[in-house]
Amino acid sequence: MTLLIEKHAKPSIQEVLESGTFLVTGEIGPPKGTDIDEMIHHIDLLKDKVHAMNITDNQSSVMRYPSLATALIIKERGGEPNLQVTCRDRNRLAIEADLLFAYTRGIRSVLCLTGDSIPVGDHKDAKAVFDLESVQLLQLIRSMEEGKDLGGNDLNGPVKFYKGAIVTPEANPIEPQMIKFEKKIEAGAQFFQTQAVYDMDNFKRFMEKARKIDDKVKICAGLVLLTGPGQIKYMNNNVPGVFVPEDLAKEMEEAPKEERLATGIRIMARQIRMCIDEKLCDGVHIMAIGKEDVVPRILEEAGVDINEL
Amino acid sequence: MIITKSKPFEEVLKELEGQDKVFIIGCGSCATTCETGGEPQVAEMKARLEAEGKTVTGTVVYEEVCHELNTKRKFRENKEAVEAAEGFLVMCCGAGCQSVREATEKAVHPACDTVFLGNILRLGNFQEKCSLCGECVLEEFGAICPVTRCHKGILNGPCGGTDNGKCETDREKDCAWTLIYQQLEKEGKLDRFRKIYGPKNWQANMKPGRVIFEKKGGEE
Ligand code: SF4
Ligand code: SF4
Repeated sequence: MTLLIEKHAKPSIQEVLESGTFLVTGEIGPPKGTDIDEMIHHIDLLKDKVHAMNITDNQSSVMRYPSLATALIIKERGGEPNLQVTCRDRNRLAIEADLLFAYTRGIRSVLCLTGDSIPVGDHKDAKAVFDLESVQLLQLIRSMEEGKDLGGNDLNGPVKFYKGAIVTPEANPIEPQMIKFEKKIEAGAQFFQTQAVYDMDNFKRFMEKARKIDDKVKICAGLVLLTGPGQIKYMNNNVPGVFVPEDLAKEMEEAPKEERLATGIRIMARQIRMCIDEKLCDGVHIMAIGKEDVVPRILEEAGVDINEL
Repeated sequence: MIITKSKPFEEVLKELEGQDKVFIIGCGSCATTCETGGEPQVAEMKARLEAEGKTVTGTVVYEEVCHELNTKRKFRENKEAVEAAEGFLVMCCGAGCQSVREATEKAVHPACDTVFLGNILRLGNFQEKCSLCGECVLEEFGAICPVTRCHKGILNGPCGGTDNGKCETDREKDCAWTLIYQQLEKEGKLDRFRKIYGPKNWQANMKPGRVIFEKKGGEE
């Protein structure tokens, strides 16, 4: 079987993680429209600074340029994509077809998500699909790797992906979340990128629990750039499973207006350093949400060069 | 119980444009409980339509408008008023409305929006707990339905949006998965939570549903 892409510019997420290297990933949020210049600029900016880039899939239920197309652009530009797939907008047939395509175009890792609900997004009247959910999506990929689609039919050529999933360390209550984490591993998840964590003490407690469940599965801390007190207040009040602790909120409040971004950068650099120095986890996933420009600065402040990890 | 909400009166008037003689049908079951199509609402609708210059040729409220034979019988009983009408305003669910459809060739107009199969928590307070999926999985989940009560219909545990027992879509609504977890824990059946449930068969009841039981009931 010939694949349309045979040479990869970068090592895969699997190769990085399994070599024991601390994984650094970034995120690309595709635009709403056909002007993809800025997105390409971000891709070019990040492709050599991070091991791989996640591409969000109609993030927050807001319609955007497709994640699959963006993943191909990342490949074309010499970067490594981590394709996010949600179950909100596509049923099992559509997801399977996308995965066949993704595999033949050299996409090697997929992050499996259920997806946000329709009402949080910008097409509030749309029909939500949710034919499958994250655990079943992981199962689906495993089945396709074994050469069968979900209808039980033979595939003429299977797929192979490094399968990722998410987990929410700050979920409340945490117990059901941990059971789901375990189920995702059982369903085939090989690596995790967590939802945003800020409270590093809580993250340590989460990691202890997670390691007890499985000490081999790879876990990368999800870090979201803080940009100001307003954003912190908004997140604490509106974003479920996200909690910015008081000391960080205070650090941001005390910063003069023109230094807020610099403060957010400093906080994240510190968190990255902590993850590496204290060997808390296997990597970090940096979500700069619209401020991708500053990711190189964050890494520089953290003293992280992916070629030297 | 089928939960209905009244359409705005202006919308009803629009439906009845060009229909001056109307017969109104209310339902003695669900729509009476919902106060969308019981005796008082039918009387009120009659008065409002008359105030708008319509002629109401007759009204009838009976149990189970969705019962098609029953509806045909009611049409026979009200023959004169039915024949005098140019159209029918049905103040109950979409099923009742289509039951009336089978009883006449004239225009049939819905006065309600049908929202869900609901439980009555108290008067005027309803909650959707079953969405009629055709393959009931309540046994596995402590008799709390994830298909319906989890916004995303997840069968394998809470999504990342769950927040202190509330759902990401609406903080007034309970996260089904927190409820299921607590219930299974109480029953000592968390092993059911740990089990992986594969993709659901969404065609267990292929739309439009139809069931014919052999030799059931005696009523016609
Ligand atoms: S699983 Fe839920 S939706 Fe399906 S029949 Fe049972 S209660 Fe109803
Ligand atoms: S918060 Fe709970 S009920 Fe709401 S979608 Fe997520 S798992 Fe389902």
